[in-house]
Amino acid sequence: MLDWPILSTVTFLPLIGVLLILLTSGKEESAARNARWVALWTTLFTFVISLFIWINFDADTAAFQFVEKGSWLGNNINYHMGVDGISMLFIILTTFLMPLCILASWEAITVRVREYMIAFLIMETLMIGVFCALDMVLFYLFFEAGLIPMFLIIGVWGGAQRVYASFKFFLYTLIGSVLMLVAMITMYFIAGTTDIPTLIDFSFDPHLQLWLWLAFFASFAVKVPMWPVHTWLPDAHVQAPTAGSVILAGVLLKMGGYGFLRFSIPMFPEGSEYFAPLVFALSVVAIIYTSLVALVQKDMKKLIAYSSVAHMGFITIGIFTFTQQGLEGGILQMISHGIVSGALFLCVGVVYDRLHTREIARYGGLVNRMPKYALIFLIFTMATIGLPGTSGFVGEFLILVGAYQVNTTVAFIATIGVILGAAYSLWLYRRVVFGELVKEDLKNIMDVGRREILIFAPLIIVAFWIGIYPEPFLDVMHASVTNLMDQHETAIEASKTILNAAK
Amino acid sequence: MMYVLIVFLPLLAALIAGLFGRSIGDRGSQLVTSGAVIIAAILSWISLYQIAFQQTTEVVELMTWIDSGDFDVSWALRIDSLTVVMLVVVNTVSAVVHVYSIGYMSHDPHKPRFMSYLSLFTFAMLMLVTSDNFVQLYFGWEGVGLASYLLIGFWYKKPTANAAAIKAFVVNRVGDFGFALGIMGIYFVFNSVSFDEVFAAAPDQVGQSFEFLGYQVDILTTLCLLLFIGAMGKSAQLGLHTWLPDAMEGPTPVSALIHAATMVTAGVFMVARCSPLFEYSPDALMFVTVIGASTAFFAATVGLVQNDIKRVIAYSTCSQLGYMFFAIGVGAYPVAIFHLFTHAFFKALLFLGAGSVIHAVSDEQDMRNMGGLWKHIKITYVMMWIGSLALAGGPWFAGYFSKDAIIEAAFASGSNVGMYAFWMGVAAAVLTAFYSWRLLFMTFHGEPRASKEVMSHIHESANVMLIPLYVLAVGAVFAGMVFYPFMVGHGYEEFWGNALFFKPENHIMHDFHDVPGWVIAAPLIATALGILVAFNMYIRRTDIPVQLAKTHSALYQFLLNKWYFDELYDFVFVRPAKAIGRFFWTFGDGKVIDGLGPNGIAGRVLVLARRASQLQSGYMYHYAFAMLLGVAAFVSYFFFAGGH
Repeated sequence: MLDWPILSTVTFLPLIGVLLILLTSGKEESAARNARWVALWTTLFTFVISLFIWINFDADTAAFQFVEKGSWLGNNINYHMGVDGISMLFIILTTFLMPLCILASWEAITVRVREYMIAFLIMETLMIGVFCALDMVLFYLFFEAGLIPMFLIIGVWGGAQRVYASFKFFLYTLIGSVLMLVAMITMYFIAGTTDIPTLIDFSFDPHLQLWLWLAFFASFAVKVPMWPVHTWLPDAHVQAPTAGSVILAGVLLKMGGYGFLRFSIPMFPEGSEYFAPLVFALSVVAIIYTSLVALVQKDMKKLIAYSSVAHMGFITIGIFTFTQQGLEGGILQMISHGIVSGALFLCVGVVYDRLHTREIARYGGLVNRMPKYALIFLIFTMATIGLPGTSGFVGEFLILVGAYQVNTTVAFIATIGVILGAAYSLWLYRRVVFGELVKEDLKNIMDVGRREILIFAPLIIVAFWIGIYPEPFLDVMHASVTNLMDQHETAIEASKTILNAAK
Repeated sequence: MMYVLIVFLPLLAALIAGLFGRSIGDRGSQLVTSGAVIIAAILSWISLYQIAFQQTTEVVELMTWIDSGDFDVSWALRIDSLTVVMLVVVNTVSAVVHVYSIGYMSHDPHKPRFMSYLSLFTFAMLMLVTSDNFVQLYFGWEGVGLASYLLIGFWYKKPTANAAAIKAFVVNRVGDFGFALGIMGIYFVFNSVSFDEVFAAAPDQVGQSFEFLGYQVDILTTLCLLLFIGAMGKSAQLGLHTWLPDAMEGPTPVSALIHAATMVTAGVFMVARCSPLFEYSPDALMFVTVIGASTAFFAATVGLVQNDIKRVIAYSTCSQLGYMFFAIGVGAYPVAIFHLFTHAFFKALLFLGAGSVIHAVSDEQDMRNMGGLWKHIKITYVMMWIGSLALAGGPWFAGYFSKDAIIEAAFASGSNVGMYAFWMGVAAAVLTAFYSWRLLFMTFHGEPRASKEVMSHIHESANVMLIPLYVLAVGAVFAGMVFYPFMVGHGYEEFWGNALFFKPENHIMHDFHDVPGWVIAAPLIATALGILVAFNMYIRRTDIPVQLAKTHSALYQFLLNKWYFDELYDFVFVRPAKAIGRFFWTFGDGKVIDGLGPNGIAGRVLVLARRASQLQSGYMYHYAFAMLLGVAAFVSYFFFAGGH
């Protein structure tokens, strides 16, 4: 344990970067350069500091750690921060991806660079805040405010259809969060607190739980996104700049899954138990449906976006199995998906920067001019189809193992998705990378440069690390996940006894 | 330590050649990879002596892999008799193929990449055969799939090669789907995925049932069938075989190593490894027998009419794998592995010999454009004869011991499916001899049908390609004779130790020695018959094949088109998948979800959207600030007004 407020430090450090960027002035060009460097150093520094959370993390306890608590708004709403084995890795994921995003935007973003960097840094603060917050109001603030920078990143630096995409994105998420807000207010009236740990121990009326669960579900399902509220994602991804896609896929989507783990399951155990079949149904539909849709996409980013929906389907299945393998697999798969899909979007970004098109048919035979790129793309293609030895496998397999124990049909259908995943991913790879290089505008295309290798190298290392030795990641989860399962089981048992007594 | 070296040397070499191929050069990559695998091969033979002949088993724990609750998997190497036999096969053939590739790929601009893939494959295959649990087995299983994908598509400019590579991967994934479900089921039932624990607990599950997809089914039968689906994919058994012939798009050394000697036998290995499970599920074994026997026959029929020299051998491989499976199906695991062992030598020999032919005739693979080559490439000719004799089971060649043992075992089992397998096996033996000699006659005899240009360039291969052939030829001649007593003869129990399991009622390993004389003679007669017919049709009366093809054109087309499996799958799976995908996309996502949801609403807030487009023109700060403030105000209002 540390004796300084590390969580607040990590959360608000990026804002210091914002301040510095605001302070720098000068000509357009030098201001842009300064903004880039400030953003890079800020995010790197934040990452290094955040590693201390991991290093000092006590894996033996399920309790919240690094807790900071101070009064904030009135008597009941506190500034309460803390992490456990479920949330900790998401913070690391966020701080890890951030410098890579800044680097990926280095040359791609040429207009309004200062504003862009500011948006990203604010975004980082808000995302880390989501995973640290132990008070509902605080959580809600971070959770919702995170929309705004993303909304702007798509709306200002996006592609041709950016306004449509950012509004679609905004509408979906807003409707979900309004319902969540109503549920939160209800909970506050009943329990008299907005403190998350207290609410976890509080048992809500089983009947009310169903409604609360649904309200939260509306918000989280949109974020995940689950079928059928997924259609904002392909549009948002296609229009977003590369780094925006990386953050969207890497971190923002994970907030939905995290929400289930932090709110739905511990606070509404009966609701979760009751609606688990619904989650399974939507998830397996998502896996098959979006995999088939991915198969026929003509736009690279859309294809990867649809594949993200399919992968997130695995994650929601894992979470709602309430088994140790399912839950841990779900969390690990979220981390892995953050790395791998982020990397795939970066791969698209590499060629997009060169040719300014994402249309698959415009490419082909890239391996002839870009062997390094071909290798990098191959590694992440293999990771996304869950080849053992890469990060994609461990999470996916654990999820399926968990699912099998609960419902073999769910495991069966989800496993079909694994076949389809191989089909669309390899087909994409083949159309882009393999073949004869015939198209005129590809003849002079350059292989990945030093900056790009610098971006990919850490992602490759982590993808293999999780694939070969996931122990450091799984180890920190055990205590919290076991605790979550125990709580769930006790709550279900208790309600059964009550029901029996009533009979 | 030695076992660690055997497995990881090839990986190290693959990494060096793959990542630093440019700095160490072509020669450097060839030396590093070949050297590593040759050392691994020598060590493998040493371990064969240590493990199989000293009757020990070793397990080397490397480190934890996945640990989640009771699901605890380690990286570990398990070396027992079954493993060392596989180690010898894999590393020997791989070493030979590595050396051969130096010559065969001498004109290719991507030598380091090729050598690196070969070594990577070898590593994955070694992980597969040394695994100590089902998940690591799956790692190797998919790893060889990856290497196979990379090597089939090695000539990435060829669209057919790319298509074949994807097909191989995806069809294998269909098999892996069953395999993965099998592993999950094993964990569900046994609460463990380690071989020792699962196998020890298997007898307790006999006759038990569990729920699978809503049905109550027998546990062991279901698990075995699921695992077997995986084996069917990898070993190209009927139904999931379609990728193997297409895989011939890859360079010939690849076909020899992966698609003949090693990877495709992984299915056989896996089922043999799981003999403690399969032994307790007679139904699953019956299924294995039927599939194996049917594949043996089916693939042989298709092999009769193929014109591509490599495809003939590919179908032959498919057929021989069928033999191995029905040997397993009747409970004669050692016989299956024995055939796997001998087959690796002579089939690799045939492939590399074919490669030598292809090399000689300027990369021509169509046998209709060959003929009369024997005078020009005599050594290759002799090698192909040895390979064919070993395959067809010519007396005292390798196949004579192993294939005949399989046919005898099928007969000795006495069951209905056993008899089906027996007759299918004999029929396939006739066909095998026929297509093998058809290949020899069409390629080496008769009038040259190649162009003058090609015939003038024709040349025997260099020593770097011939010496590997000699090594394999030694195996093709002697492997059967030398190892018969140990592997399937009366010493089999000591040789295999605990690696293969037999139920107490399973006496097939004794019974098959005592079959009637005509059963022993049957395969020999079949082979002779096949050779005679081939001689008649392709040497004596060369007009017969043309006549036959004309008079039985329906049958001929049916065989030539490989029983129309590809067309069927395209019609049933590939097209509908794309059509449904398109429908979901445009109608499901486009019309229904977006039409009712966001677009409907968005239409109404178009005004808002227009205003938003002003974001670009400087209102951004105000907007962001206003929204942030708005959210904050919104929340605080509710909490303070609603609170206290």
